[in-house]
Amino acid sequence: MSEPRIFFNFPVTADSHTLAAYRARGGYRALEKALGGLQPADIEAEVKASGLRGRGGAGFPTGMKWSFVDKQSPTVYLCCNADEGEPGTFKDRWIFEHASHQLIEGMLLAAYALRVRHAFIYIRGEFDLPLRRLREALEEARAAGLVGEKILGSDFSCDIIVHRGAGAYVCGEESSLLTSLEGFKAYPRNKPPFPAVKGLYQAPTVINNVETLATVPWIVAHGGAAYAAIGTEKNSGTRLFGISGHVNKPGLYERATGYPLSRMIFGDAGGIRGGKALKAVIPGGSSTPILRTEEIDAVTLDAESVQQAGSMLGSGGIIVIAEGTCMVRLLQVLTRFYRHESCGQCTPCREGSALMDKIIARIAAGRGHQGDLERLEQATKGIMGNTVCALGDAASMPVVSFLKKFRDEFAYFVDTGRSMFGGRLEV
Amino acid sequence: MNCMIEKFDRLRRTYPPQMSSSLVLPLLQLMQEEKGHLSEGDALFIAEYLGVPAMQVKEALSWYSMLYRAPVGKHVVKVCRNIACSLSGAERLLGHLEKKLGIKAGQTTADGRFTLLEVECLASCGTAPVMQVGDTYHERLTLAEVDRILQELS
Repeated sequence: MSEPRIFFNFPVTADSHTLAAYRARGGYRALEKALGGLQPADIEAEVKASGLRGRGGAGFPTGMKWSFVDKQSPTVYLCCNADEGEPGTFKDRWIFEHASHQLIEGMLLAAYALRVRHAFIYIRGEFDLPLRRLREALEEARAAGLVGEKILGSDFSCDIIVHRGAGAYVCGEESSLLTSLEGFKAYPRNKPPFPAVKGLYQAPTVINNVETLATVPWIVAHGGAAYAAIGTEKNSGTRLFGISGHVNKPGLYERATGYPLSRMIFGDAGGIRGGKALKAVIPGGSSTPILRTEEIDAVTLDAESVQQAGSMLGSGGIIVIAEGTCMVRLLQVLTRFYRHESCGQCTPCREGSALMDKIIARIAAGRGHQGDLERLEQATKGIMGNTVCALGDAASMPVVSFLKKFRDEFAYFVDTGRSMFGGRLEV
Repeated sequence: MNCMIEKFDRLRRTYPPQMSSSLVLPLLQLMQEEKGHLSEGDALFIAEYLGVPAMQVKEALSWYSMLYRAPVGKHVVKVCRNIACSLSGAERLLGHLEKKLGIKAGQTTADGRFTLLEVECLASCGTAPVMQVGDTYHERLTLAEVDRILQELS
């Protein structure tokens, strides 16, 4: 039996991203179906029945998120979170470049379900081709009466506005994204109230990831039950998994949830570069805890299984690390990133991420002090759970897991001033 | 600034009228596209145009990494140094660029042609190592490819 595909269901060609090509493969029929007779509540019911969980990282049930919105509110906003910035994650880009119309259709369906007049796509500022393709698609959709006033001749009107970020990882956190979209430096907000209650300009706001919204047309076209039948019971559907690092065939793969992680690494991604042995895997984007080789044998790509192994499926960005890599210097890459991206609002995150980076940089420079590893652990305890948003936890989790899983390498570096693996990151 | 006002007005019409504050970033970006980099005066001009506090625009200008507060070269070369790129040779790439251009990351060549920057994740991990020149991504880079790209830039 062939695997169902929500995204990789057409050959990529020079014009496969256009409106004509999308229509030829059944595009916008779900929107026609919705506006031709379905009630907004029907769309929400199908999304609930599908079991779809958010693809941005946190994995919150999408239908439930939608149900929190007060539909009687005079204004409800929809924001597509396209600030793709979690290292290891590169799936939204593919959707923009090849299936912008699928995202637009998904947003229109969500907007119809939620009674949204103005929807936003907050896209990371660095993206060039994805942005151009998205803008082209929106122009095509507008010209075809699919976006704007009285869509397809119905009473439903919705505009989609593209808003570019300007370089800040924290904008991927939903409340920071709203602050940024309101024109401020992107400090995250305390929750509750959650955005579904008080979001953009204090109005109820739904924020969904690109992949999540682009899945909605398939659900409306085929029914929530058909989607729920794909993948595992608690994590239905397919997911776009990005695999990078020391593998022979890095790239983006669509697989039903529950797919074996080792098959992804050694089958789809062609195994480890240079015939090396596998050393470790970061399974769901750079902030998720690292797993050693022996911990991944039974892991399947669904939230429950990865969690059971002690990590998180997160954004689906799998980073593969080969034998011979220096884990001290690799962790330094991550702590430098989180230090750089801490927004500065909370003292534990701002000061803690800087302290962790300083200590690891010291160790990696061969000037580690006795007690540094304990100092690092102490720092993570001061950060985790003590910040407004999850960036503090994201900065701490790699430190905790690297130290736990590869402590001998860190201790050796502190004791000798040298890397156990010559400081290598490439193999 | 009259030509800017026209562009500002055009962009403003694409947002709902009650969302003036949301135009802070788009207008800063638009201005940067015109001028190359931004000054405090530019922030004040935008604040006045939108009717929002000057401090709000100044804070945004100083906070987002893609907004430049000092002149940059004709070509801004950004090398991704995050995890997937590091595992695939980002350090070697950066070292090569520094040598080729005769500057360190963060600097601009004396002739003003190139600014070299290290950046965090460009979301192209599957095609690492990656650099961005201007708006354009260059992926799966080799040192020979870097040389070719530099040579082609006028």
